[in-house]
Amino acid sequence: MSRIKEFNLPDLGEGLTEGEILAWLVKVGDVIELNQPIVEVETAKAAVEIPAKWAGEVRSIFHPEGSTVEVGTPIIAIDTDPGAGPVPESTTSAATSDLPTPSAASLAAVQVAPPEGMVEPGLIGGVTPGGRTAVLVGYGPRTTPAKRRPRKPPAPTRADHGVVVGGKNLPVTAKPAPQVHDRPRVGGPVLAKPPVRKVAKDLGVDLAALVGSGPLGSITREDVQRAVAGSTAVAEPLAAAPVTSGASFGADREQRIPVKGVRRLTAENMSRSAFTAPHVTEFLTVDVTRTMKALDRLRGRREWRDVRVSPLLLVAKAVLLAVRRHPMVNSTWAGDEIVVKEYVNLGIAAATERGLIVPNIKDAGRLTLRELADALTGLVQTAKAGKTSPADMSGGTLTITNVGVFGVDTGTPILPPGESAILAFGAVRELPWVHKGKVRPRQVTTLGLSFDHRIIDGELGSKFLRDIGDFLADPEAALLAWT
Amino acid sequence: MAKGDPAVSSRGRRAAPRSRRATTGEPELVQLLTPAGERIESATGPDGTEYRVDFTDEEYRGLYRDLVLVRKLDAEATALQRQGELGLWASLLGQEAAQVGSGRALRSQDMAFPTYREHGVLYCRGIDPIMPLGLFRGVDQGGWDPNEFKFNMYTIVIGAQTLHATGYAMGVHMDGRTGTEDGEAVIAYFGDGATSQGDVNEAFVWASVFNAPLVFFCQNNQYAISEPLERQTRVPLYRRAGGFGFPGVRVDGNDVLASYAVTRHALDNARLGQGPSLIEAYTYRMGAHTTSDDPTRYRIASEVEAWQAKDPIARMKAFLDRQQLADEAFFAEVDEQARAEAVHLRERVLNLPDPQPVSMFDHVYPHGSPELDAQRAQFSRYLESFEGSAH
Repeated sequence: MSRIKEFNLPDLGEGLTEGEILAWLVKVGDVIELNQPIVEVETAKAAVEIPAKWAGEVRSIFHPEGSTVEVGTPIIAIDTDPGAGPVPESTTSAATSDLPTPSAASLAAVQVAPPEGMVEPGLIGGVTPGGRTAVLVGYGPRTTPAKRRPRKPPAPTRADHGVVVGGKNLPVTAKPAPQVHDRPRVGGPVLAKPPVRKVAKDLGVDLAALVGSGPLGSITREDVQRAVAGSTAVAEPLAAAPVTSGASFGADREQRIPVKGVRRLTAENMSRSAFTAPHVTEFLTVDVTRTMKALDRLRGRREWRDVRVSPLLLVAKAVLLAVRRHPMVNSTWAGDEIVVKEYVNLGIAAATERGLIVPNIKDAGRLTLRELADALTGLVQTAKAGKTSPADMSGGTLTITNVGVFGVDTGTPILPPGESAILAFGAVRELPWVHKGKVRPRQVTTLGLSFDHRIIDGELGSKFLRDIGDFLADPEAALLAWT
Repeated sequence: MAKGDPAVSSRGRRAAPRSRRATTGEPELVQLLTPAGERIESATGPDGTEYRVDFTDEEYRGLYRDLVLVRKLDAEATALQRQGELGLWASLLGQEAAQVGSGRALRSQDMAFPTYREHGVLYCRGIDPIMPLGLFRGVDQGGWDPNEFKFNMYTIVIGAQTLHATGYAMGVHMDGRTGTEDGEAVIAYFGDGATSQGDVNEAFVWASVFNAPLVFFCQNNQYAISEPLERQTRVPLYRRAGGFGFPGVRVDGNDVLASYAVTRHALDNARLGQGPSLIEAYTYRMGAHTTSDDPTRYRIASEVEAWQAKDPIARMKAFLDRQQLADEAFFAEVDEQARAEAVHLRERVLNLPDPQPVSMFDHVYPHGSPELDAQRAQFSRYLESFEGSAH
């Protein structure tokens, strides 16, 4: 019996795959009692305190607050007999005593699909992202890697193979089951499980044209895949394909990436927004040479010496000033009413390692340009460090997406849910442009504004976009004229 | 029901008087023990019934012990779920008095139909408290013999057990096991949310018109998961009984004495052949609906605090203390017993064996079926096809 026990994050709800460590209620070295609350964890369903499973001394804490942990991963190690002196190597719970690294065994968490592999991912009975088997309701089977015993060699006869069809038990003991590999099925209905039928349909394979290798000549997923590959070679079992990370492809040359976390959130938000808010997108190409020059002059000022100044700063300023002139664009469609906001929580879409996140600058309309610059810098740094809090990301009222940093001109952005306008800021390029009657090389960019037509008509959207463009074309004049 | 006069039941008794008020209003509770632990000699129900209890000192202490033990074992189960040892747990925290009071009011011949939260009633029926933990650990389907303990399996489907109970009670009546002092009565447990289910309303109709010896025991814990009571009803739930033609009464569900008295009276009426009745035990679910739920998302802390002051155990302790029926040594001894039983329960849960896969065929039919036997044989062969299997 090992002294050091690692506690794995359990499935706290029914069928959850991960949880976020909100707060540790104990620290390394603490002596704790059985059932003493040790950590607060938030899942998709609830924020709960987890009571200690063993009494003892906290040896290691594997994940900091704020981190998202997969169910089944060790989160804490507890010495259940701290009075017994130093821990000998061999008494740790796994082969390694190299704490705080969780034991190697517990990290071997690649989920493996059933070797039979005859079910579709996501279908009931199929494997969902993360390796859990999909069930209609309830807890679902455990997700720890299944230790499958090898099958015995096939028995010489398969005459005992019964099959249930239409609720009747069809005895097949009278005659031997078909020797499936060399005996084509003749006539009668095609035998294949529904998920296999779906795969065949998706891949355009006619099941009737196949020879089944499954029980009673039924067609298996492998048969379908073989037909597609045009090969008689036995396909690799699906189970061999890693289903988690890495650009590795299975025998079917497809990779399955679990949809979770930021990816899932983004997908849900975008789908919801795209199919509820009627989007309109308008474009405007602007000569922003004067804005670029103004930025250079700002950078040259002593008090702005340490400030990061980017074109995005003046685009943000332009948006904030234009909102002041057209408050209606800063609003939410709330079914029976339109909620127009006096404050602007300006969202900035940021690409991070975790995916797209949209933190916002609270009440950005009240900030001076310098405060706005600092807020932008802080927001980007926090996002890059992966430390953006949920509060930073909630309550946005209007968003800018800076697609120009990726070198493209513009796009048709989708509104963040609850917002009515989003501006895409494209790359600033030196282009031939007619300036004061002559073609000159000028700094030009394209703005794309998507807005919710339930609230904003073409006229208002156009005026708003025009004002942003006017500001960027001549920021000094706009400031003098509008403020 | 006498045609043309809905206020008179078929048994000639006056049904519960109607109130013109259409709101849930102030609860008109039958209460024998106030939240402060003051004893009320007797209380009158809406139909004029006088409710009182006459317990010995030892019985009072026994009820207190039940309450504490039931709460502690429930808390241990919640902890075990948080530690990954149970798939799910529906805590009874706050509802101990309603369950212990009604559970102790049952006579040995009475039959109970629980929901999935009746751990306190299960305890009072003498069933090993590990049984529901095996169910929620997923190693068995329940484990106790409903006939032996006169306590049906937990029913997860909301309200379904009220129909099972109605059918069972109709059977009791048809078998002639009612009409005497030692007749059999049936009790069906359900929650406030279940009153919105068709099943429950159908059960009311059937039990009423067939005069089933049945007590509908509704623990109104104020929430159907996240839906508050005002989304279930515009009248106090107990008054619904009048519309179906049987008496209804609202009892303080946090008062173990009143819960006992009201249930005992209703059961005795049923066993004497006087038909069904509805008890609304007015209580509060102090915890989450289940461990998958987060009540802070739909109710405010001040509401929980207000109910904290009505705690069923605190008032019983105050009463015992005030009446000098128990001393500190007694309370300490009960706490220690609860702690020890919780530790014992934990150890046994962690050592519950995983079931044999073929055992899933065992309890589908009492005597099997040819089709099931064939499936079992086929599945056994499948299992035996693995290396390392017994054959």
